[in-house]
Amino acid sequence: MYDIDAIRDDFPATKLEVHGKPLIYLDNGASAQKPRRVIDCVTRTYESEYANVHRGLHHLSNLATENYEAARGVVQKFLGAAHEDEIIFTRGSTESINLAMYSWLEPRIKEGDEIILTTMEHHANIVPWHFMRERYGAKLIWVDPDVNGDISAEAIGAAITDRTVLVAVTQMSNVLGSVVDVKRVTELAHDAGAAVMVDGSQGAVHLPVDVAEIGCDFYAITGHKLYGPSGCGALYAKRARHEEMRPWHGGGDMIRHVRKDEVTYNVAPHKFEAGTPPIAQVIGMAEAIRYMQDVGMEAIAEHEHDLRDYTAERLAGLNWLHVQGQSKTKGAIFSFTMEGAHAHDISTVLDRYGVAVRAGHHCCQPLMDHLGVTATCRASFGMYNNRADADVLVQSLEKARMLFE
Amino acid sequence: MTAETFDELVENFELFDDWEERYRYVIDLGKQMPDFPEALKTDATLVEGCVSRVWLEEKVTGEGPEAVIEFSGDSDAFIVKGLIAVLQKLFSGQTAQHILETDVSKELSRLDLSAHLSPQRSNGLNSMVGRIRGYAELQS
Repeated sequence: MYDIDAIRDDFPATKLEVHGKPLIYLDNGASAQKPRRVIDCVTRTYESEYANVHRGLHHLSNLATENYEAARGVVQKFLGAAHEDEIIFTRGSTESINLAMYSWLEPRIKEGDEIILTTMEHHANIVPWHFMRERYGAKLIWVDPDVNGDISAEAIGAAITDRTVLVAVTQMSNVLGSVVDVKRVTELAHDAGAAVMVDGSQGAVHLPVDVAEIGCDFYAITGHKLYGPSGCGALYAKRARHEEMRPWHGGGDMIRHVRKDEVTYNVAPHKFEAGTPPIAQVIGMAEAIRYMQDVGMEAIAEHEHDLRDYTAERLAGLNWLHVQGQSKTKGAIFSFTMEGAHAHDISTVLDRYGVAVRAGHHCCQPLMDHLGVTATCRASFGMYNNRADADVLVQSLEKARMLFE
Repeated sequence: MTAETFDELVENFELFDDWEERYRYVIDLGKQMPDFPEALKTDATLVEGCVSRVWLEEKVTGEGPEAVIEFSGDSDAFIVKGLIAVLQKLFSGQTAQHILETDVSKELSRLDLSAHLSPQRSNGLNSMVGRIRGYAELQS
C-alpha cells in the first residue's frame, strides 16, 4: 500500500504556497524536492560529522570517511553493481558521462569510429561525443524515435557496424518519458564489440535498476533528481573497464606517490575522484536512496505508472493540447504544446496557479528539431505527486487556454 | 482600451483587479501590434537569452545623445510580445539619453504586473531591455 499522504508529509516542499496557491511541483525532471530525512542528514553531517575524507586520522575525519564510503555501498546495492569499486562519485550525470568520455573513450578513439546515440538524448549525453567528432573525426550515428516516441533495441542494433565503439543511450527520455530496453541494447552492442553508456539520470529515479543484469559498461546517475542534494552523482564503471580507463582529473586523493619526475595512481574508484569530493552531498544522496528503498522502487514505479495513466487520460480530453510521445511504457513525463500559445506563455500562466512546469528545449535540441518544435512545456511527476496534482494541472491548462483566446 | 503613452498604460493598469486581467491586457497589447515582417526575423534581430524567440529591429534618427531610437519587434510567445509593446510605450521614439536615464525596473513596477514580470526573471525582458540600452549607449 503506497501511503501517498505520508510520503507527501515527508517532503516539506509539498506544503509550500506560491502566489497564494498550493504549490503543485511538476518539474521533477529538472530537479526533485528533498525529503526531511535528507535535509536532516545533510544538517547532521555539517553539524557534527564533517571533516575531509581519506586524509585525517582524527575522529571526525574517520567518521566522515566511514559515512562517505558507506554511501558507496548504498549506491552499489541501489544500482545492482557487483563491486563497490565500480561506483565512482562525481558532481552529477554530466560529469559522470564526461568522465567516461575522457577516461575511457578518448585514449582509444580513432578517426571514423562510430558512436551511436539516440535523438532523444540530453545534451549531457551528446556534447561529450561531439567533442570526439570535432577533435578526432568520430562519426555520430543518430537513431530517431518512432511516431509514439519509442526507440526499440532492434532499431539501435540496426545502426551498429564494425566501426561502432560506443552506444550512448538514455534509459528514460527526460522529454518524452520513453523507456529504452537498455539490456537488449547492451546485448546487441556487446555482440559487435561496442561498449554501452547508459544515461540513468531519469531511469534510476523512476525504475528499479540492476546494472549487472543490464550488463552495460557505464551508467550515470545524478543525486539531485534522486531526491538528494545537488552537486553530486555517480558513474558506474564495470570493473572490466577499469584497466582501460586513464585518470582524468589530477589532484589529491587519486595518487599513490607524487615525485618531481614521477606519479603513480591510486586504485579505482579513488583514482577517478581527484580533490575533495562533495562529501555531505554524497552522504545526503545515500540517505535519499535509503528513503526511496524504504518506500520501495517497485512501489514508486507502480504509483508513478498510475499517475501516468491518469494524467494521460485527463490530458487526452484537451483536444487543443498536443502531447509529445505516446509510448505505452513511458514514465510520468508529459511534454506538450498548445495551439496558439508558446510554452513560455503556458508556464508563466501555470505558475500563477501554483503549478511549476518547465518550458524550453529541455537540453534536448536535436529532439526538438526532430519533433519540429522550438520548445515544449513539460510536466514531470515524482514519487510525492498525486492525482490531485494532475487535476490542478488540467484545470490550470484550461484556464490558461481561456486567457490566450 | 488604448494607451498612447506609458503613463496612459499605467492608468489603464490601475483599473484591473486581478493578475489575469493584467496578463490578458498585456497579451492584447501584443496582438494589436503591427505585423513584424518575416524577412526581418534574422540572426541580426534575434535577441539572445530568451526562452521564447524574440526579434527586435531598431531604427536610429540623428546622432549623439539626442539621437531618437525607434524599434519594433515580435515574439512567438504572447506575453513576451505584449512586453515588447509595453517597452515600445516606454522607450520607442525616445532619445538615447532619455533611454539611458530611465530606471526601467521602477517604471515597470508602476504597472503592478507582479514580481513575475520584473526584469530579474528570465522572461526575456532583461535581454530586450539590455539590447535597447546597448543601442542607446552606442549613440552617446
